Amino acid sequence: MEQEVSLKFTCLHDEHLALGAKMSPFAGYDMPIQYSGIIAEHNAVRGGVGMFDVSHMGEIFVSGPQASAYVNHIFTNDVSSLAPGGIVYGMMLYPDGGCVDDLLVYREYGAGGYLLVVNAANEEKDFEWMKDNASGFDVSLVNASGRWGQIAVQGPESEAVLKDVLGLQGVSSLGFYNFYDDVWKGERLIVSRSGYTGEDGFELYTTPEGTVDIWRRLIAAGVLPCGLGCRDTLRFEAGLPLYGDELSAEISPMEAGLSMFCKLEKEEFIGKEALERQKKEGTARKLVGLELEDRAVPRAGYPVETPEGVRVGIVTTGYHSISLGRSLCFALVDSFFAALGTRLCVRVRTRAFPAKVVKKRFYQTNYKK
Amino acid sequence: MSEVIEGLRYSESHEWVRVEGNVAFIGVSDFAQKELGDITYVDVPDIDVLSAGDEFGALESVKASSELYSPVSGKVLEVNGALLDRPELINEDPYGSWIVKVEMSDPSELDALMDAASYAAQNK
Repeated sequence: MEQEVSLKFTCLHDEHLALGAKMSPFAGYDMPIQYSGIIAEHNAVRGGVGMFDVSHMGEIFVSGPQASAYVNHIFTNDVSSLAPGGIVYGMMLYPDGGCVDDLLVYREYGAGGYLLVVNAANEEKDFEWMKDNASGFDVSLVNASGRWGQIAVQGPESEAVLKDVLGLQGVSSLGFYNFYDDVWKGERLIVSRSGYTGEDGFELYTTPEGTVDIWRRLIAAGVLPCGLGCRDTLRFEAGLPLYGDELSAEISPMEAGLSMFCKLEKEEFIGKEALERQKKEGTARKLVGLELEDRAVPRAGYPVETPEGVRVGIVTTGYHSISLGRSLCFALVDSFFAALGTRLCVRVRTRAFPAKVVKKRFYQTNYKK
Repeated sequence: MSEVIEGLRYSESHEWVRVEGNVAFIGVSDFAQKELGDITYVDVPDIDVLSAGDEFGALESVKASSELYSPVSGKVLEVNGALLDRPELINEDPYGSWIVKVEMSDPSELDALMDAASYAAQNK
């Protein structure tokens, strides 16, 4: 338990304790795993609205005359055609195609810089990587993670809540993967239509003090606080990867089925040659979805086998899906066995349970166009 | 705080045993169900005979699975079928929800288990 001494707190830590959340270490932070229960929280987001403290996420700002060229150098997606107020998803890669992190890139209004929102566990590593690869570019990099809080309000009722409770009228005309700048308690508030649940929703970035104020207003209005437990069940059903499970220094976006976020037609970016090679030659492994016939629950690390018992892969994330009522998982398998409909087995404790390869997006997402 | 019931015997791995004659009813404690959270599946395969310490299945919650270990040896008489359809009964009433019923072959094994006070102290 000596690790706990160095755990970091988000600006909402006191709120979580007051709400009686079950807390657990995540990405170096003491984070809420659940409040009322994972199933109730999951269902609130699918059917109504729920909110998450995601203040642990990292915020890195890129500015300067060559900001666009620099971001395109370190990022797999293409920001050259991204309008101010637009957001794109993609990865930073090592030269061998392994993944430094997956992230969102926000094209700022005004001077035209960028905000990069990165995973908490990778924040320091990412910032070092970005600095190491900035030579030759006239850019300024600022890791402002400690100065920003972030709340994700997710679910079909989230637009109404932001208008009615917070008075953010601008959300009605905001499209998915777009943001606008507002003001909260005299400071900048970024209102972003985005999320990690497969539902419509928003992510609100502002100062730690503003974040606490927004959180309390939403609690007072009856918005259900949701923990990282259901954040994982929701993103899993929506087919979204989690760095560390489905993406890592050892798992490339090609293996993870994320090639649509890697623009190989760009002139250059770090890792491009490796991805081109992987595209041409194919990868040895691929990330697939698996559905089990039985009620057994596949968990990360469980072996994936052929019906004859030959080991061909490993489960990366799995659940008995709350919204779908089926036992599902992501698994990294030998590419020979990755075709839809392929019959495989997942070994759950001592027994092998029959499964077949299905599409990874298990749940039909409900994003606002 | 988690609840502990007098008159039951408890294992270190959080199973409880209720004894009727030479039959042991085995479930999991309030502490265990709270740690697991929403239980979604009770996985108990067909087993005829158990030795004390044997794994006889697992409870699945949303986040994790937790193996079940028999505190006693004997012949498995019955698995509680009600839990297969409604695993959440374990969350609602952990001491009313026995998972398996075992005809004990060596009732002296009960002496190695904890009483309510010792078990409560373990979870302090």
